[in-house]
Amino acid sequence: MEALSEANSIQAILLFGLLKVVMVVAVLMPMISYSVMAERRISAAIQDRIGPNRVGPFGLLQPIADGLKFLLKEDFTPNHVRKAYFWLAPAIAMVPPFLTIAVIPFGSTLGGQNMVIANLNVGILFTFSVVSLGVYGIVLAGYASNSKYPFFGGIRASAQMISYEIAMGMSVVPLFMLVGDLNLGKVIEYQASGAWLIFKQPLAFIIFLVAAFAETNRLPFDMPESETELVSGYHTEYSSMKFALFFLGEYAAMISVSALMVTLFLGGWTLPFMGLDTPATTILGGLLHIGIFVGKLSIFMGLFIWVRWMLPRFRYDQLMDLGWRRFLPLALLNIVITACLLWITR
Amino acid sequence: MIVQRKELSWWERLYIPAIISGFRVTVRHFFKKKVTMQYPEERWVVPEGYRGAPYLVKDQDARTKCVSCQLCEFVCPPKAIKITPPGPKVNKSTGNVEKEPADFEINMLRCIFCGFCQEVCPEEAIFLQKDYSLTGESREEMIYHKDKLLELGGTHQDDIMKWAKKNQEAKAQGIA
Repeated sequence: MEALSEANSIQAILLFGLLKVVMVVAVLMPMISYSVMAERRISAAIQDRIGPNRVGPFGLLQPIADGLKFLLKEDFTPNHVRKAYFWLAPAIAMVPPFLTIAVIPFGSTLGGQNMVIANLNVGILFTFSVVSLGVYGIVLAGYASNSKYPFFGGIRASAQMISYEIAMGMSVVPLFMLVGDLNLGKVIEYQASGAWLIFKQPLAFIIFLVAAFAETNRLPFDMPESETELVSGYHTEYSSMKFALFFLGEYAAMISVSALMVTLFLGGWTLPFMGLDTPATTILGGLLHIGIFVGKLSIFMGLFIWVRWMLPRFRYDQLMDLGWRRFLPLALLNIVITACLLWITR
Repeated sequence: MIVQRKELSWWERLYIPAIISGFRVTVRHFFKKKVTMQYPEERWVVPEGYRGAPYLVKDQDARTKCVSCQLCEFVCPPKAIKITPPGPKVNKSTGNVEKEPADFEINMLRCIFCGFCQEVCPEEAIFLQKDYSLTGESREEMIYHKDKLLELGGTHQDDIMKWAKKNQEAKAQGIA
């Protein structure tokens, strides 16, 4: 093992890359299904209900039952849909969030390996370019379904996601002005050596957080789905595993933006005490760092779920107003202020 | 109708009061006692006068009260009841009753729980009881026959004991 990682041959890179991919997917899939479970239980508790508690102890096997149900249900393709796009859309909706995870450092080191699948120098640019692909799955689903409500859902999704991407992108610019590098690993190093960026750039954090809700189509910005007006929006015509793919995609997107927020604002896998802010030297330390990362991630997932029941859905024009007329100018202002401060303190 | 929009203050337009009050409400409900009833283990109290499944009853002498007059069969709106009356065989041990049903079927899939059978019965032999969840694996299983109906129905306290009196009269006249 040591010899392989030191040799640094192409084989080693491929092998460890593949191992990491398998590991991330193996952790990510249960995480998605259990965040669905958590969502159901927390939603139930907020609505004075109990929620699913029958399958296994405390209902913990419910996600498996759900998965089986999705696999076994009839995969119905309505006659009026545009078949090719109809089949393509769920796959496209699913891919971008998984790609985003690839550049996020989810731990320090484990057995001499950096715990990031792709250590890109343009990490954040890659993330934004991939996140912006997320809209295609939804728009395509809306178009392919060839009926009214999915179409509305798709249209809304396109406008909403494109608008908030701008505010989101602008909000992180000050971070990289401070850090001086686009590599997400460097962002974590910067935060480990000083304060977390949530304390240095609270405004950027708030804008990013709100934009993240809009990007993942979660309440209060679930315009593309909005059950009360659009039946269930862009995936109205989908059933069985194709619907499950949209579902997986939505939760994977939540996890990937949460991971991004943890990395950008909450110091990634570091904690500012007990020497947990330096790369681990032991296997145990490496696992602990991954645990810290997942813990911080869970906080954001909990927030996503909780906010769903806290706030009513925004009206469409309010959503656009918030994105373009509030957050975009604020983000630009934040860039200017940060630039001025950097210029003064240089 | 024109709804007057409330002019929001600067503070309210920041959404912060809405977020705080939303958080308060959700936290309060999160820790509140849950209203869900764990159904098969917990069941609600069925109120008096509830119209559940109709069953046949016996009197305190364990005698089938039904005399197969077939009034319930005729009144039954969905035709769920089917009675097979026997011939005029007199069973003297049960009090000289002319008739007793050979079979009494209620199709619980057809029954609409209207209570007409109970209302029309001159012998107070059929009552809508408190069962509300009838299950079966086949249609045949959902047709309840006499034995099952009597078993489920239980005993009904009869104050009049009409057929016991008839029996005594018959004995006094030396017929029985």
